[in-house]
Amino acid sequence: MNLLLLIAIPLVTAVLVLLVRNAVQVRWVSLLGATAQLVLAFVLFFAFRQQRIDGNAADMLFQLQYNWFPSWHISFHLGVDGISVAMILLTAFVVIAGVLVSWNVEKMTKEFYFLLILLSLGAYGFFVSLDLFVLFFFLEIAVIPKYLLIGVWGSGRKEYSANKLALMLMGGSVLVLVGILAMYYNAPGRSADIQTLARSVISPEVQKICFPLLFVGFGVFTALFPFHTWVPDGHSSAPTAGSMFLAGISMKLGGYGCLRVATYLLHDAAKDYSTPIIVLSVIAILYGAFATMMQKDLKYINAYSSISHCGFVLLGIGMMTKTSMTGTVMQMVSHGLMTALFFAVIGMIYERTHTRQVSEMGGLLKTMPFISTMLFIVGLCSLGLPGLSGFAAEMTVFMGSWENPDTFSRVATILSCLSLVVTAVYILRAVTKTAMGPLKPEFAALTDARWNEKLAAIILVAGILAVGTAPFWLNDLVNPATQLIKDALNLQPPID
Amino acid sequence: MLNATYISLIPLLPLAGFVLLGLFGRKYFKNTSGIIGTGLMLVSAVLALYTAYGYFFEYGKADGVYQKLVPLKYTWLEFGKGLSIDMGIVLDPISVMMLVVVTFISLMVHIYSLGYLKGEERFPTYYAYLGLFTFSMLGLVMSSNIFQIYIFWELVGVSSFLLIGYYYDKPSAVAACKKAFIVTRFADVGFLIGILILSFYSGTLDFNTLIAALTSPESSEYKTAVTASFLGISALSWGLILVFVGGAGKSAMFPLHIWLPDAMEGPTPVSALIHAATMVVAGVFLVARLFPVFAISSPGALSVVAYVGAISAFIAAIIACTQTDIKRVLAYSTMSQIGYMMFALGVSGYGGENGLGYTASMFHLFTHAMFKALLFLGAGAVIHFIHSNEMKDMGGLRKYLPITHITFLIACLAIAGVPPFAGFFSKEEILLAAYHHNQAIYWMALITSALTAFYMFRLYFSIFWNKEQQPHGEHHGEGGFAMMMPLVLLAIGAAAAGFIPFGHYVSSDGKTLETAFHLSFSIAPVALGLAGIFLAMWMYKSQTDKPEKIAASLGGLYKAAYHKFYIDELYLFITHKIIFNLIGRPAAWFDKVVVDGLVNLAGNTTTKIAETIKGFQSGKVQQYALYFLVGVIGLAVLFIYVWK
Repeated sequence: MNLLLLIAIPLVTAVLVLLVRNAVQVRWVSLLGATAQLVLAFVLFFAFRQQRIDGNAADMLFQLQYNWFPSWHISFHLGVDGISVAMILLTAFVVIAGVLVSWNVEKMTKEFYFLLILLSLGAYGFFVSLDLFVLFFFLEIAVIPKYLLIGVWGSGRKEYSANKLALMLMGGSVLVLVGILAMYYNAPGRSADIQTLARSVISPEVQKICFPLLFVGFGVFTALFPFHTWVPDGHSSAPTAGSMFLAGISMKLGGYGCLRVATYLLHDAAKDYSTPIIVLSVIAILYGAFATMMQKDLKYINAYSSISHCGFVLLGIGMMTKTSMTGTVMQMVSHGLMTALFFAVIGMIYERTHTRQVSEMGGLLKTMPFISTMLFIVGLCSLGLPGLSGFAAEMTVFMGSWENPDTFSRVATILSCLSLVVTAVYILRAVTKTAMGPLKPEFAALTDARWNEKLAAIILVAGILAVGTAPFWLNDLVNPATQLIKDALNLQPPID
Repeated sequence: MLNATYISLIPLLPLAGFVLLGLFGRKYFKNTSGIIGTGLMLVSAVLALYTAYGYFFEYGKADGVYQKLVPLKYTWLEFGKGLSIDMGIVLDPISVMMLVVVTFISLMVHIYSLGYLKGEERFPTYYAYLGLFTFSMLGLVMSSNIFQIYIFWELVGVSSFLLIGYYYDKPSAVAACKKAFIVTRFADVGFLIGILILSFYSGTLDFNTLIAALTSPESSEYKTAVTASFLGISALSWGLILVFVGGAGKSAMFPLHIWLPDAMEGPTPVSALIHAATMVVAGVFLVARLFPVFAISSPGALSVVAYVGAISAFIAAIIACTQTDIKRVLAYSTMSQIGYMMFALGVSGYGGENGLGYTASMFHLFTHAMFKALLFLGAGAVIHFIHSNEMKDMGGLRKYLPITHITFLIACLAIAGVPPFAGFFSKEEILLAAYHHNQAIYWMALITSALTAFYMFRLYFSIFWNKEQQPHGEHHGEGGFAMMMPLVLLAIGAAAAGFIPFGHYVSSDGKTLETAFHLSFSIAPVALGLAGIFLAMWMYKSQTDKPEKIAASLGGLYKAAYHKFYIDELYLFITHKIIFNLIGRPAAWFDKVVVDGLVNLAGNTTTKIAETIKGFQSGKVQQYALYFLVGVIGLAVLFIYVWK
């Protein structure tokens, strides 16, 4: 399995998109490319699994290394572990769904699809990088298309939102870059290679400075309180596929970075900062949930609820047990699939009703049974119904958190459990008001989902069900990787 | 004999029905979905009976004790060493009994619905949901793992939500399904935290290991769980009480009962299945499942169960006397009867004669499932005929609905505890257990049983006697065979189930428990029950102004009971005034104004600074020369005068 393929396929797709003549060809080329990505992600998953079954216990599999800047010790180093494979699978699912729901984008179709594919290229590159500079390079590739997607194809206050999002994410990137440079210069032997850094001893003083830079920098991407305000505006102004990519892929870049770069490499400092991380994530979970309760626009509801759900991602990291970190990864996968579906469904509804205000909805189940059923499924997934992905992920985070017997962790876990009720309140309000109740007369002539929308929804639901009904495969995939991080956390800090 | 393959088919067949009808029902099985669902359910029910026969009679007891068998178990999600969610099947007396009850009542409801919902547009969806519910409920009762029970617990909750909201264009049904989900969700958080506590102290999620670890006083798990305490209550008791909170939510125990009366918005057969016979007794089942831990290790938690049960039984019976919607009367009656089951467990001990309450509770669960499902299905037949839920629209229906009338009467006699109907036997055992262990609860239960007889016969006389109402519109008579057959079968159950020697099969320790009847003890409850019946007859058999006069003379008490003691209003106050206005609104405001405001401030300030300083780069050489000169002079001043 050559990991370069993961970068090459989106690259070729993007180039082809620019070369072909009309919108129809653009769509089909993109869909073909997205399908190839999905197939490749599955091939990678099964190849990875087979390697593990065959007893290959290396930290990172399928490694590739090419010299990039030899004098600076920077190499184009790729490799994957279970966490990366899970994220790559998620990305492939979201990309194909995003391509499908954008079938009717008429405005500058070519540029639109080019940016979508470029974004996916950045995400894959990010998830397979084993050198921090390469990782940062791909992170930036994944940020810039978002600005254009919102600014050009967005709705509402799109310039404001695009600026806000770009500035905040760029701000986060700057912190990440400073953190990476600080590590690079202070690591013995000047290296930015993740595996080298993991094996070398970085002095506690350096870690203490680098960790907050990296954690907050990546945290901005994953809606760390109080750096979350780009989330509601950005998501609600973005076009449907933009919101899906933003919530389904971009926010995961942050969670992955917090786990892989900040926590894994700076494990001594991570332990010292676990209390503030837990505090901030519990605030995000509860505060996000309560703020969602007051939202009236479907997109805002999903965006605010993402803040709450991503709080679980950070809580799992803050709790720093193997199970809780596995829960973090599962929650990222689950949340990615779920919000992508949620935004897709909201997009379908908006396209037909021309409103996103919950108060103006009613009885859509009658005219749009398919779309409404998807809305129910995604709502139930969001509120943590067993059998759908959210439950398995949240329970893993809870069980992992509960392993810490101190009162502080206990209180934090119980408080985050309470969000389950608040989530049920806002989700049921939005879903029942939209789909149930008497049908509004102006919606009587609306039509149900088209083939491309149906296919997109079914792909995402398949992912949600795969995680929800049989979470063991994801658990088995991720566990060795989180065990590695846990082992790093268990190391004693160097004396002096 | 007890082969895991066909036992696992019992829940999987209804699930297959759900998947098949849910995905393809609207397209391909528009008219046949009812038959498909019912057929699958029939096979499942036969398999359940076969399993019960195999378990109780073929496999039987080993060393005089019914064994706990685990024919199937696989790991679903592993958290750590010994700590995993397993999906499995447990066969023990209570799970096998529940298998029979759930599949039998579900089959009756499947058949009944063929007639009741004939011609409904969403017929396939209805049968799909019924399949989902039956699957979840069966999974719940067979759970081998405390997290497995929680998973199916949530799934029955969602099936209940979907079925209550079946008439989705009716705003009251939508409100009711939302309320049911949220109230039980709130209770389930307690359950979840309880699971976390119990699993932490026992180091496992598996029921058998967990019960073994927490009931043997020598084990280290037991010692830490009992000594660790919070607010003066041991960690173990906290865990059990929180688990019980979940059970109380699902079983509509006071003060978490408010969702059950509203849940009557669902189709009546659904009320019979979910909100009378099966799902609402899940809380009782949960306490029974963990009963050894309650009884041996935490008598404190068990007495909480007892008092919550007794208070619920009593309050619900009072409210039931004043309601006028026949389904709501039955809902409060359900709550009251579940209260009986709950406090019967609460007053029970573990093992031998002390375990009478446990056997009685399970017995009552069994008989109640029969007669309460019958009452609901009978009420359904009445509603089907008269197109109203209100008592005032009914009267004199015995002439038009003869089968419904007789079967309803049998159910009323059974619930009122008149010998020799089923309810008499189970209720007597409960009262006997209470009498020996807790006198206060005994007296409450005794008054409740008189109230029960009164409100049930109030219902009976108002529907079938009283002033005759002319049937509206064309006369379509009693429902067809599909609706009448379940009524008759359930009536046989309600009449005869009491003669089962229940203690032989179900007891707290798995050994045989002989239950004897004492005539002297039975006199008081039966006499009170008959008094209730005669009072109802005197007030409601023919149309008089007695009910109004009595209601007026009771004044405030009647009004309070009629308004369900204002508990709903209290909840509304807490949720709307406190949670929405004092937490939700400020959180949203804070986010918009403060957090977002700071971000905007940072953005705007940067823009302003840039605006201000951009003039410096004007491109005019003269201006740059001026700045240069000012700079040089400034530095010169600095070096000459300041840093001498």
